[in-house]
Amino acid sequence: MSEAIVRLRNVDKRYTRGKQSVEVLQGLTLDIPKGEFVALMGPSGSGKTTLLNLIGGLDTPTAGEITVAGQRLDQLGSGALARWRANHVGFVFQFYNLMPMLSAQRNVELPLLLTHLSSAQRKTNAMAALTLVGIADRAKHKPNELSGGQAQRVAIARALVADPTLLVCDEPTGDLDRKSADDVLHLLQMLNREHGKSIVMVTHDPKAAEFAGRQLHMDKGALLEAGTLV
Amino acid sequence: MKYFPLIWATLWRKKTRTIFTLLSVIVAFLLFGMLETVDYAFSHPSAGVTGADKLITTNKYSITLPLPIADAQQIRSVPGVAEVTWISWFGAYYQESKNFVFALPVDADSYFNLHKGEFIVSDEQMQAYRNTRTGALINDALMKKFGWKVGDKVPLHSTIWTQKKDGSLDWTFDIVGTFSVKDPTQASAQSQTLLFHYDLFDEGRSFGKGSVGWFEARVSDPSQSAAISNRIDALFANSPNETKTQPANDFTMAFVKQFGDIGFVLRAILGAVFFALLFLTGNTMMQSVRERIPELAILKTLGFGDGMVLELVLAESLLLCVIAAIIGLVLSFAALPIIKQGLQGMELSPRALIPGMAAAVLLALIVGLPPALRAMRLNIVDALADKR
Repeated sequence: MSEAIVRLRNVDKRYTRGKQSVEVLQGLTLDIPKGEFVALMGPSGSGKTTLLNLIGGLDTPTAGEITVAGQRLDQLGSGALARWRANHVGFVFQFYNLMPMLSAQRNVELPLLLTHLSSAQRKTNAMAALTLVGIADRAKHKPNELSGGQAQRVAIARALVADPTLLVCDEPTGDLDRKSADDVLHLLQMLNREHGKSIVMVTHDPKAAEFAGRQLHMDKGALLEAGTLV
Repeated sequence: MKYFPLIWATLWRKKTRTIFTLLSVIVAFLLFGMLETVDYAFSHPSAGVTGADKLITTNKYSITLPLPIADAQQIRSVPGVAEVTWISWFGAYYQESKNFVFALPVDADSYFNLHKGEFIVSDEQMQAYRNTRTGALINDALMKKFGWKVGDKVPLHSTIWTQKKDGSLDWTFDIVGTFSVKDPTQASAQSQTLLFHYDLFDEGRSFGKGSVGWFEARVSDPSQSAAISNRIDALFANSPNETKTQPANDFTMAFVKQFGDIGFVLRAILGAVFFALLFLTGNTMMQSVRERIPELAILKTLGFGDGMVLELVLAESLLLCVIAAIIGLVLSFAALPIIKQGLQGMELSPRALIPGMAAAVLLALIVGLPPALRAMRLNIVDALADKR
């Protein structure tokens, strides 16, 4: 077994909403080896997205240890966490979350603004990422001029462009028709198999989960079982 | 610079709203530029009397109260006074009240002796002026403005002085010559000036004979101006016509202040305009940031730190305000000739526009800071919760 890119030990996550405290994750322990494509499944409210947020460094645990790409995330402050995200994680969301006023190419360039690359290098890298996801011909188009599938490819290119260690995908096919969803899933599978990207994907869709190498099921804030490699 | 395309694109995310906001800020800064220019003109007036060696003596209680012409002899006798002349406010216009003419009745000998070397007049025309009782010497710019020529008769309507012969307010002068000024900084101040004989004025008016509006004195040693002023005023202490003597520039300021505290009025108007603008622009910026919460959350997700998000929102506010301010101030600069028509004799300067840029930056920071702080404090998970 290769080294774990994601390592969680006894992770708790509790939210306080007004006077109420909600226990979302309880004592969660998990290892995801480097280069694995994992699908996180489970009913709404089971804690999938919370777990994804913790793995992606968008949120911090109430208790426990989280180590991703060799970095203890539970010990980082907000600034360090932002820098860590810029260097190690790419995010793909259900609704693409592209900047509506920027072209596809400019959207993909966004993470590169945080690097020391020149304008020309940023453009070259953005175009390379768009080419990789098969949408270079739409580089000058704005998100409202793209179909859902195309927009999600741009979002994937944006997630890839800084060459992150880990891709974190939250329902990436949830807003797409079957054909577009399959295209996006094939693309993620290709990135995992041919480019060695580690991927953690939250999905409700069993067909989407089949593209992953392993399926994890959650319910009431805990992992039910660890699936086996397909 | 690398963030500029992002900031620029964000600024134009809602084009219509941005255009209307820009227009409102442009209009505010156009007004700011114009009022600042007017304020500058009123706070740096140049009514044709300049120089550290010039003193003006007026009635102690008001420059609208006259002084006896005979006081000139006593002022001349004060040690340190090199020359004295006297002038009255004629208050005239040509044909229509908008055609203001800075007409001054002056005593030719003492006036030109006091202002020796300041005016450019040909000897021939100066001689003609001295020889013509109804003669007038007129500034080149004023001649050009009304298309007058030497030899023309010019009727002027005084707003104060009726004629003894028929009670008319209309006075007619013969143009015998033109003049210009050597000091280019005085060109604008003198551009409306018409000089005519005090004797004609004094003998022709139906009231006020033997009185003057003010005395102008030239001192031999400008460093002694304060002491000489005191000596002049001491001469007339406890007399029916007590005097107030002050440097020429102070007199000009006091003259302008007859109209009230222009600076205060202008600042009050500007204050109201900018107060309204703060709410308008501030509300627009808040609304803009509110609408973009998911986008700001995405930037944070991608690794943009809290400080950088704050800077991006502030930069957007700065860009909006500075662009609008530059356009507004340039327009107000372009409007200078129009303002000049309404402020004849006043010196206008685009230097008055410099505070505009400082105001733009201040405005940007005030309206940009609350939404920028909100963006900075944004919690990614909460902000994305509705968007996913």
